Amino acid sequence: MNQRILWGMLYWMLASGISSPAWSQDLSVEEIVERSNRVAYYQGASGRSQISMVIRDKQGQERTREFTILRWNAPGEVEGMDPCGDQKFYVYFQRPADVNKMAFLVWKHLKKEDDRWLYLPALDLVKRISSADKRTSFAGSDFFYEDVSGRNIEEDVHELLETNETFYVLKNTPKDPAGVEFSYYKMWVHKDTFVTVQVEFFDKKGDLYRQYNATKVEDVQGFKTVTQASMKDLRTGGETINEYRDVQYDIEIPEDIFTERYLRRAPTRYLR
Amino acid sequence: MAFLRNSLVTLCGIGFVGAACMAGPSLPEGLGEVSRPGEPRAEERERDLLDRLSLDLHGFVEGRGGVRTQRDPREKDASIGEIRFQMEAHRFAPRWTAELVADLIADAVQCEEDVDLDDGRGWLDLRRANISFMATDFLDIKVGRQILTWGTGDLLFINDLFPKDWNSFFIGRDVEYLKAPSDSIKGSIYTDWVNLDLVYSPRFRPDRFIDGSRISYWNEGLGRRTGRDVPVEPDVPEDWFAEDEWAFRLFRTLAGYELAAYAYSGYWKSPAGTNPTTGEATFPQLNAYGASLRGNLSKGIAHAEMGMYDSKEDREGLNPWIRNSELRLLLGYEQEVARDFTVGAQYYLERMLDYGAYIASHPSGINMADQDRHWVTLRLTRLLLSQNLNLSLFTFYSPSDQDAYLRPSARYKIDDHWIVEVGGNLFTGKDDHTFFAQFEKNSNLYASMRYSF
Repeated sequence: MNQRILWGMLYWMLASGISSPAWSQDLSVEEIVERSNRVAYYQGASGRSQISMVIRDKQGQERTREFTILRWNAPGEVEGMDPCGDQKFYVYFQRPADVNKMAFLVWKHLKKEDDRWLYLPALDLVKRISSADKRTSFAGSDFFYEDVSGRNIEEDVHELLETNETFYVLKNTPKDPAGVEFSYYKMWVHKDTFVTVQVEFFDKKGDLYRQYNATKVEDVQGFKTVTQASMKDLRTGGETINEYRDVQYDIEIPEDIFTERYLRRAPTRYLR
Repeated sequence: MAFLRNSLVTLCGIGFVGAACMAGPSLPEGLGEVSRPGEPRAEERERDLLDRLSLDLHGFVEGRGGVRTQRDPREKDASIGEIRFQMEAHRFAPRWTAELVADLIADAVQCEEDVDLDDGRGWLDLRRANISFMATDFLDIKVGRQILTWGTGDLLFINDLFPKDWNSFFIGRDVEYLKAPSDSIKGSIYTDWVNLDLVYSPRFRPDRFIDGSRISYWNEGLGRRTGRDVPVEPDVPEDWFAEDEWAFRLFRTLAGYELAAYAYSGYWKSPAGTNPTTGEATFPQLNAYGASLRGNLSKGIAHAEMGMYDSKEDREGLNPWIRNSELRLLLGYEQEVARDFTVGAQYYLERMLDYGAYIASHPSGINMADQDRHWVTLRLTRLLLSQNLNLSLFTFYSPSDQDAYLRPSARYKIDDHWIVEVGGNLFTGKDDHTFFAQFEKNSNLYASMRYSF
């Protein structure tokens, strides 16, 4: 236990985003949700990752996507705090060939609709994309936009169903059930690290139909990082497996990378 | 899945987090063991030779064929029949990028032996050949042959006066060919307050306009449709550095709303006049000024754009051989109304200025245009089969001209390489001489198959 406390303190110093396991015994459900959200989507002030997606349908046919994601967190109001607030994402597609060099820009807002742009290099066209429905497939995969950029935790009511040796088991019920296709989802959050290990989505009839699993976690710059994850659609029998490579945090990326300038001219320095 | 099973077996087998095996999912690889914070990952990405050279090669091979839905005695029955090989090479360096995109074409419909890089005719169409670099932190420069696009319209352009290829668009080539390349230098200046794009093209390049060689059109002078039987004789201004083009865009994004102001100095991009003595189609001088706004509105995207076209050589509108000045206006809205189903609608207005002078100077026996031409467009896009099937219908309809143009298409991604597409370009209208109705005999259906690498 002493060793765990020590590691915990080290974590605290290295990255204020990571909580100490020793103090995690009597957390409120809000704190658990906040910390797991932080681990899943907000680690470091910025980040990048090279993602390979394998989309496998029921017949076993595979399609692949390869892209780089750059992320920038809006700084918080309090100096030194990294908040779970607005974010900017830059997605640069490499594969398949027909989407090569397309770039996708998202300004994620918690309090209003996101702003999204898509750049089509063959036409030199910066297209504005409607973002009303965040629960549509991302790039034809079983992951939704919201799975990639994070669901606003304010949109659900959270209950702690169970705390066991390993997990906090949470039930999340949408405040606006009409806006989503699920009635609730259950999350298994790893107690020591706040990594979300499994998510089960239940439809309006109460049947399980969609399941997320983190299948590999690595330490990157002191951050527990999911480097392999899967999303299964139990209705279609399809599954998408994401692998995250070359993960880096705090890449000191300026905010202006997330603008039309770099949509039209890919920021190769941050992509390679 | 084997991987998941294995980790489950391993974790339970060694009695690690035994309770978890009962009470929830197995822990993924990397969780539960003693953490090693701060240790850098030693994983080095495998880079192949091309990657090391920072040379990026891509392209596609495509076959595309199409037929007219009715006979047009002035044109071939086949509307399109070609095999195209596009090669795309990029060389990346930290501060500059070089880009070369060239199409090799075997065209069975328009068999031209000579290559004309300006018009894209012949077996080679050089699409892009440019170098872009960061001159300073706030200045980007792109020099050479490039595709240029700005503005907010969906298949409607007001302030984007870069060359278009209307032939490609109407015969059913991929929509990327609607944009023809420009030989230009583009400077982009970025400041905290506002950004500026400046494009200089040392020699005017018109649209790859409808000249009868592939698409028949209404010939006002002859009072009938003409095609290959009466080739257009254009008189294109093309003196280097004298007959040039300037285009400017001032733009910034404010709270997610994109604001822009535009200016252009050059020539009408498609014929907008006739030389009364020679009968040649002319490209009179044109200045244009405009503005646009685009951003989220309710659950969708709204855009608005306007432009003033100043027909410099006939400012009073008294010369019947030169197109009058115009005011152009566009309003649009797009929304995903259901999952993977997007609807976009636009209203577009072309208002002729100095209409009184136009009427007064209009030669008798020639169809008179209305002062206002109204268009509405509707785009329906439905994605199916995990977004691999894209069903789309784009409709132009003009209540003032009483004509319409429909672009249905179905596009299916068979796998990561193969895409098949079928579609059509269907024109209809009450009169023969209105903008879309004149192309009625060119209505066509096409199919294509593309392998991308």
